[in-house]
Amino acid sequence: MVERVYIFKRFERFWHWAQAALIIFLLLTGFEIHGTYSNFGFEKAVELHTIAAWTLVGLWTFAVFWHFTTGEWKQYIPTTKRVTEMVRFYAFGIFKGEAHPFKQTALSKHNPLQRLAYLGVLLVMNPLIWTSGWFLLFYGSWASWGFPNLSLELVATAHVIGAFMILLFLIVHVYLTTTGHTPLAHIKAMITGWEEKH
Amino acid sequence: MLRRRSAVAIFAGALLGAVLSVTNLAQATVVPQTAPSPTADHSKFKELQKQFTSGPEVTKACLTCHTEAAKQVHRTKHWTWEFINTEKNQKLGKKNVLNNFCISIPQNQQYCTNCHIGYGWKDKNFDFTSEENVDCLVCHDTTLTYTKQPGMAGHVVGQDMEFPKGSGKILKAINLSNIAQNVGKSSRDTCGTCHFFGGGGDGVKHGDMDSSLYAPEKDVDVHMDVDGLNFTCATCHQTSSHDVPGSRYTPTAKDKGGRLIRGKSEGENPATCVACHDTKPHKAEKSKHAERLNNHADKLACQTCHIPAFARGGVATKMSWDWSTAGQMDAEGKPIIKKDDHGHTIYESRKGDFVVAENVKPEYYWFNGGITYTLLGDKIEKNDKPVGINKIEGSATDGKSMIWPFKVSRGKQPYDPENKTLITPHTTGPKSGGGYWTNYDWDRAARQGMADSGAPYSGKVDFVSTEMYWPIKHMVAPKEQSVGCAECHAKDGRLAGIKGIYIPGRDANPLIDKAAWLLVLLTLAGVLVHAAIRIFASKKH
Repeated sequence: MVERVYIFKRFERFWHWAQAALIIFLLLTGFEIHGTYSNFGFEKAVELHTIAAWTLVGLWTFAVFWHFTTGEWKQYIPTTKRVTEMVRFYAFGIFKGEAHPFKQTALSKHNPLQRLAYLGVLLVMNPLIWTSGWFLLFYGSWASWGFPNLSLELVATAHVIGAFMILLFLIVHVYLTTTGHTPLAHIKAMITGWEEKH
Repeated sequence: MLRRRSAVAIFAGALLGAVLSVTNLAQATVVPQTAPSPTADHSKFKELQKQFTSGPEVTKACLTCHTEAAKQVHRTKHWTWEFINTEKNQKLGKKNVLNNFCISIPQNQQYCTNCHIGYGWKDKNFDFTSEENVDCLVCHDTTLTYTKQPGMAGHVVGQDMEFPKGSGKILKAINLSNIAQNVGKSSRDTCGTCHFFGGGGDGVKHGDMDSSLYAPEKDVDVHMDVDGLNFTCATCHQTSSHDVPGSRYTPTAKDKGGRLIRGKSEGENPATCVACHDTKPHKAEKSKHAERLNNHADKLACQTCHIPAFARGGVATKMSWDWSTAGQMDAEGKPIIKKDDHGHTIYESRKGDFVVAENVKPEYYWFNGGITYTLLGDKIEKNDKPVGINKIEGSATDGKSMIWPFKVSRGKQPYDPENKTLITPHTTGPKSGGGYWTNYDWDRAARQGMADSGAPYSGKVDFVSTEMYWPIKHMVAPKEQSVGCAECHAKDGRLAGIKGIYIPGRDANPLIDKAAWLLVLLTLAGVLVHAAIRIFASKKH
């Protein structure tokens, strides 16, 4: 019998997948609004993008509440300890079949590289996409907020840069899920909550 | 030209009974259902119960009660055909400006002044202080039988007469007493008599005003819809002391005033959309995008979305007039007329080549209401850029501009290559008069026309490309037909040429987009290579 640890709690898994779906949908509709391709049509894309954005706002409200009440926010405290080991593993060790240098536990779910990546997400990507997105949602209120001369081009461009960052994150993130002891192990864990120990 | 009215008159001669019923029907559609009933029945007035043989006689009768009316009319553009633009310091008005259709008035007065609200303006000696020469009936007729014939300087046929003299053609008199006894408010018919036919024919000039507005369906004009709101022109262009508000010389491009409330209308234009609909016209209960659309209203004129195309009523408008090709004759030396498949004239020896079109998508420009005309005597250059007969002003940054729809009429018209001025040719009139339309002689037409204008003429005629901007404001469509989001939020959309604003879907920073997509591709390639090595390495173990 393989030893298993319970890593991801029910709300956490729900949050993760709901957010994943919303982010992918926001990327799809967002790049259509940006004029990159055409699917829903501009008007529908704007409508759906707006609905998805507000849904994500709602989801985040719950997620932030959950993280603070459960103390799970500590998972995101960054560390530089053993980062080089992680980098070395992904650059070389993984090809030689070495064991993953980080042992996942319920109290420490993220490896040091993940913690750094999520720090970037929290400090750069999220503020960029959320601030610019919030301004875009309230385009008509800029003057009353004290920004009568704010340029739409600037805000929209910031939002697009944020979107590209999320797309890059998504590609790497999805790929790294395949680096468990089997390609689907991490994904399974995010669905069931249980990670198998090896 | 008074085509519809002339047609009614012809019928009148032949089939009086039939015409009466036609007229009654037409009238039934003209009077709004909610129109208040008048307090005076003009047929009971002794002053009007007699035979009139001329227009001025009727006016004198009108003035016995309406003592100030003629003086009021004297102060209006409708009478003076003159308008001083104090901001641009230009003397404008029909009398002074040129266009790129029939070009100018003073040379061709007897024909053009057919549309003057007066009697007898046949040359520059017309008495603008005469009260009896004010034509009350042309605006206040309700019988649809008040007609004018071209070439009579605005006079009407009060008695049977031969016209032109010596032609043997007899013009039947119109029944002035009946018309005078049935006067009422202006209507789409009275205004349209002239305004639908600007440029010399139905719909020629404006594109958003033509005979389809006599009794339009909702699709053509949501406000004038005969089965709906049934507005007349004056519902929006509400007069005060006979002065009709609304101007093509100093239009209101951005109305910040909001809805007009009683007692607050001083100096504000009542004919704007905002004067009724306010500056945030979209209501949440009627549109799920209300707020977003209201946000658009700070940069877009209402007309930009709500008039998706002009000339929508089945009447074509003239988009281009090339005078330089006029004068071609057939093998027998006779003038030619060419028509397209729809029966529209596209070439006439007298006038040159035309391009006509229906359902035309407007062109869009920033517009702050500032218009400068190229007047006779202004120096122009012939080069790649067309001469702006009128030049519109506006930008994304001046705080006064909105994006407006325009009809731009383009063409070539005569100019004097030595004096570098436009030419006002004499076109109309009999052969002896020297007009181009009978003599096909540009030099003669120009010499006489410029002499009439008191302008120098070098003896040389060339042709120069010109363009003229007509803001589109009529023929507002039902809201379901307004311009959709994607028609502008697209790479080659309607607003492709508008500078100074960022339009999502149209605009993107090309550098950022390229760099970012490159990064996305590199990342994808990176993870694929990484995966490939993993697979390769695992097989070796």
